[in-house]
Amino acid sequence: MSAAAPSITDVAFESPTINEIIRTLTLSAGFNARVVVLSATLLGISAGLVGCFALLRKRALMGDALAHATLPGIALAFIIGSALGLEARSLAVLLPGAAVAGVAGVLSVHLLVHHTRLREDAAIGIVLSGFFGLGVTLLSYIQSMSVGDQGGLATFIYGQTAAMLPRDAALMGSIAVLTILASILLHKEFAIVAFNDDYAGVQGWPVSVLDLLMMGLVVLVTVVGLQAVGLLLIVALLIVPPAAAAFWTRRLRTMVVLSGCIGGFSGYLGASVSSLTPRMPAGAVIVLTGGAVFLLSMLLAPQRGLFAERVHTIALRRRVAREHWLRRLYEAHDLAGERVPVATQELASGGFGLGALLARTDLRLSGLIEVANKAARLTDRGERHGARVTRNHRLWEQYLITYADIAPSHVDLSADLVEHVLRPELIDELEAALRAREALPERLPDHTQRESGEHL
Amino acid sequence: MSPIPAHTRSTPRDLSARPEHSPDSPLSIHALTVAYQRKPVLWDVEFEATASRLIAIVGPNGAGKSTLIKACLGLIAPAAGRVEFWGEPYRRVRTRVGYVPQRESVDWDFPVSALDVAAMGRYARIGWCRPVTRAHKRAALDALDRVGMADLSKRQISQLSGGQQQRVFLARALAQEADLYFMDEPFAGVDAATERAIIDVLRTLRSQGKTVICVHHDLQTVPEYFDEAMLLNMRVVATGAVEDVFTRENLVATYGGRLTLLDEASEALARAARGGA
Repeated sequence: MSAAAPSITDVAFESPTINEIIRTLTLSAGFNARVVVLSATLLGISAGLVGCFALLRKRALMGDALAHATLPGIALAFIIGSALGLEARSLAVLLPGAAVAGVAGVLSVHLLVHHTRLREDAAIGIVLSGFFGLGVTLLSYIQSMSVGDQGGLATFIYGQTAAMLPRDAALMGSIAVLTILASILLHKEFAIVAFNDDYAGVQGWPVSVLDLLMMGLVVLVTVVGLQAVGLLLIVALLIVPPAAAAFWTRRLRTMVVLSGCIGGFSGYLGASVSSLTPRMPAGAVIVLTGGAVFLLSMLLAPQRGLFAERVHTIALRRRVAREHWLRRLYEAHDLAGERVPVATQELASGGFGLGALLARTDLRLSGLIEVANKAARLTDRGERHGARVTRNHRLWEQYLITYADIAPSHVDLSADLVEHVLRPELIDELEAALRAREALPERLPDHTQRESGEHL
Repeated sequence: MSPIPAHTRSTPRDLSARPEHSPDSPLSIHALTVAYQRKPVLWDVEFEATASRLIAIVGPNGAGKSTLIKACLGLIAPAAGRVEFWGEPYRRVRTRVGYVPQRESVDWDFPVSALDVAAMGRYARIGWCRPVTRAHKRAALDALDRVGMADLSKRQISQLSGGQQQRVFLARALAQEADLYFMDEPFAGVDAATERAIIDVLRTLRSQGKTVICVHHDLQTVPEYFDEAMLLNMRVVATGAVEDVFTRENLVATYGGRLTLLDEASEALARAARGGA
């Protein structure tokens, strides 16, 4: 870490030694650091689990309204605590204030949605900014008060684990464990409500109670996470891990576990880095870690990742182009009664740019066509492929005409895309259905030419 | 949640006080009126279902068909009226009543498999905080098998066709092993194979003495698929055996009712204008 790295507090870092890094990451850098890192890990796990259900219930942004709404609660609790002569900086005073204000924020959103014409996104925006504005105003009022030890309040906005007392960290960790247990115990109930609340209600599950429980867990995670992650970023800890997990799996159980792991890893790494470089806000590092995992998941996940999808699209496109050429050539040969070469310009319908060049090269290298003098013709193997492709095309076209009442002039458009993804069993079914209605197309290429071993 | 054992009956009831209600009827609706905000959607619905029958609820769009089902199941609070199941209020017989909602009512991208969805039909039996045991999974798989979906049980639900999704919903209701089923447009937008599978299941249910009440949109198939029909257009136009109910007058009253009303209204307006001039 270079000394010139900018931070929110703009103070130079002391870069930690390798030894320090290893000791922190292996939880052997002293009692304080160990408690803080462990608690942040537990917080991350609990946020990952609770966030998973909140995301599936489409309530994740509610967590943001809730988090922002806690600020006036914290400020008010501090003011009232000082007035009563309590130790106003202690979590025992501040967190109940945060929780009450957070719940008030959620209720305000609920009231706005149900009693006005506002949509939920607008209501969340209004409540979030309104409460946060109130909180900032109260904070500036507190700074003008002549009460000592008020500086720490701002850490609730950005989060700071390094300054955490072991006592506070232990509280955070134990509440995190509580929410982890609750979401494991109630995962079946949360799942049925998130998937189909009407059905859950008909079955006798108390949907509102379960929603309240879920929101209650979000409140707990948010409020105990405030000091470590900060109210601006805590919502990311609820949303990012499940969103990242969703790229890897489509099974709820796996998604929940994965989301918890990603959240836990983020909390662990964020708190470790923060304890090594105390000026670095833990919340930002925790969220950045989660963000990095999300980015990797989005790009690299095997089926739903952008990269995999891109590869899939390119493969499909290649296949469509190949089959298009093969069919055009087969039809031309069929019409002429022999394999007369066809000008490649004609084959590359709609221009002869890179795509056409690629298709031509691709087919030539696969030994399916021969190209000479800017004209192409099928090889023996190419002809067999062409027969199969043409056969599929005609069957599908005929099926659409026979069954779907689509005007024949429109058929080629839709047929063109679908026919390339038809599986062999489906083709056989198509043929059987058409045969049954005596609607097999004329000039259907011979079935026996289909080769089982070769597949485009 | 304490599941009610099947076929228990509470204390003997004074039937003379409510002669119109039979405790043997799986569903009796009495003077049910439902309103959204202040706009009434259902008016004074009276209905008594016969056991072991396939019953269609038929009517034009906006007739309140789905609303009627939802009001029966307590999803919508009625403005007035009473609904009883085997002479008892709904909350006491929940496990005996199955529900197949409209397919569009859920997000099919939800990360669960067909088997997971079917197993939801068992959740009320399983109870709070308990895991889905192997026995319950087997029951869910059985239900999938009955709708011809056992092979696809592990598939994520977004990977299923519309008809297959509908069959998964049906399997979820079957897994519950109810005695009365409400189905909201189970045949809407499904393929021929699914339609056959569903109708087979309905007939099996009937042969087991169960009652099925379906919102149905296709008038042509009502006589073939169903024993009884309720013609509904905000009010009940007719109920009874399909062949008795499906008369020209009844259908015109159900589907042409609004046109007629409009005509009457415009005639009345025209008369008033002439009278005023």
